[in-house]
Amino acid sequence: MTAMPETLERESRLRGVQRFLVDNPVVVLAAVLALLFVLTDLVNRHEVGEPFVTWNQLSTTFLVAAPLGMIAAGQTLVMLTGGVDLSVAFTATAAAFATAWQGGNGTTQGILAGLAVGLGIGLANGIGVGIFRVNPLIMTLGTSSVTFGLLSIYAGKSFEKVVPGLVATLGSDRFFDYLPANLIFWAAMAAVLILGLRYTGYGRMLYAVGDNEVAARLAGVRIWQVLVTVYALCGLFSAFGGLLLVGFTNNPDLGLATPYLLQSVAAVVIGGTSIFGGWGSYSGTIVGVLILTVLGSLLTLLNSEEWQRQVIYGGIIIVLTAIYARVSGSE
Amino acid sequence: MSATAAAPMEFRGAAPWRRALRLHGWTVAVWLVLLALVPYWRSLSEQDFKFDLSSLAIDALPLCFAAMAQAIIIISGGIDLSIGSLMAVVNVLSAREMVDMSFGKAIAFSVLLILLTMLASGFTGVVITLTRIPDIVVTLGMLFVWQGIALWIMEIPGGGVPINYADLAVGDLGTTGIPNATVAVFAALLLVWAPIRWLRPGLAIYAVGSNRNSAYLSGIGVARTRVGAYFLAGLFTGMAGLALSASSGIGDPNSGTTYTLNSVAAAVLGGVSLLGGVGGLIGVIAAAYVLTLSKIILLLRGTDPNYANVYQGALIILVVVIGGLLTRKTRS
Repeated sequence: MTAMPETLERESRLRGVQRFLVDNPVVVLAAVLALLFVLTDLVNRHEVGEPFVTWNQLSTTFLVAAPLGMIAAGQTLVMLTGGVDLSVAFTATAAAFATAWQGGNGTTQGILAGLAVGLGIGLANGIGVGIFRVNPLIMTLGTSSVTFGLLSIYAGKSFEKVVPGLVATLGSDRFFDYLPANLIFWAAMAAVLILGLRYTGYGRMLYAVGDNEVAARLAGVRIWQVLVTVYALCGLFSAFGGLLLVGFTNNPDLGLATPYLLQSVAAVVIGGTSIFGGWGSYSGTIVGVLILTVLGSLLTLLNSEEWQRQVIYGGIIIVLTAIYARVSGSE
Repeated sequence: MSATAAAPMEFRGAAPWRRALRLHGWTVAVWLVLLALVPYWRSLSEQDFKFDLSSLAIDALPLCFAAMAQAIIIISGGIDLSIGSLMAVVNVLSAREMVDMSFGKAIAFSVLLILLTMLASGFTGVVITLTRIPDIVVTLGMLFVWQGIALWIMEIPGGGVPINYADLAVGDLGTTGIPNATVAVFAALLLVWAPIRWLRPGLAIYAVGSNRNSAYLSGIGVARTRVGAYFLAGLFTGMAGLALSASSGIGDPNSGTTYTLNSVAAAVLGGVSLLGGVGGLIGVIAAAYVLTLSKIILLLRGTDPNYANVYQGALIILVVVIGGLLTRKTRS
């Protein structure tokens, strides 16, 4: 009889822990990331005979992760409203091409051209989804195929490709040996996003629209404006990602950002943002991006092929969505 | 069922032709659009009609089957983004294995592949109903999984099919001049879809698609029906993948990428509402032909093939936008 309140108490404490973890998936994710680092370190010691966890490798991890971090940022915003953007990869590639195309006419013009292309594609998506109410997947798949068609035409033409120096510095340089320039850019953007989502009206509106569109509309939110701007922002962030990528490789090509489509969706889903909208955060996505990057290194160490990555990432999306749906559904 | 649905209509005094127009007007319109495109197409082409008709039928064959698969799933209230990459799996698997096969063996292997595709698509349906995650998410994940598997089977384009297997798609039916490819589409429609459509399983698919709760309350096994729709769509997806092999004569792991979007567009253009429960496959076939023919016309007019892809993509977006506007109007 006396055991009753004790078990109840233990149960409620367990509930509390569960509740805390559900509310702060970042804690669990950080643990997963740490585990993954240790695992990769062990594999690296075994395969190569050197430790993986060194300052140099850590710095490289962030350097490689930053473009994905940018693209996944746009994807996070869109997913918070309950949509998804399948055009991010070709938007990033198009932005990279535009920058290299105009790069010869000055750094500012090159960067502006890239960002304008990203914003334009994003706006097209936003108008389709927000005003004409087309299903986001179909709309973004459509703009993606149009973008790819146009890209393959322009990639065929020969023109001088100049990656502006500033973009190259931002994409590949490191300060003090270990601090990647793109990490500084990423950190600044991340701060703006995390604070913006939490403390600005617009940020909260994204959650409201994703959680319950009808309620948000009845509360006076102009849904179409929110959707148009959120897809435009996603296009802009994809363009940033494309710029960082082309700064890293110094040479735009058609397949520049192709792997980032799947990875951006996977990173957001891993980061605990609900694919149904209204729930999640950019801090989760950051950890998701790092997990994917370390996982990528691990898979490279294990000599895995491209197809295995695709299957693994695709599986992660399905399994994690199922788990998150179950965990948050039991509330 | 139909008697109770018809009774209130007559009570309201609606003329029977109006009901027929409401139900079949869109399908008829798409066929009329297709017919209207024909004279223009003929005025541009210098080849003889029989040759052109046969190449149109072959070009359109994979899309016809893919769109039929997509339409069945959309009617049941879902959507399948993995159709294109599952087609690619069938394409590369058939091209790798069939290359040295005799005709008879190739046919037997095709049947096996279609069965496997049905199981694969059915598996997606099972995952969707078991986990209760929306179709879009699961099939998005499966899109990447199948794409990966297609890459695993064949990294770069290669393989092939027996000559007489390819002839099966290219040839004509006897001396009639009707392309085999067209016969195959209508045979699938009449022999597979028509009987199912008008019997219990087909009615269940429409019921579940138009209102899941009402369907459940009327005693329909919702999960069973949805899995069944994916299973049936797998049959058409398998045929689409084989059509791709027969018409291109090669296996290419990236061959399916355009079919996901194009199949959705053909379904919407063919009168299938993305909200589910509305539309049929006859209009969808016409829509697949319209989309294919519009690209052929662009090419005949001397458009750069890459630009033709861009225009077609823009056309597809337009179709989906207008289709969305129309369904919204009829709902409200």
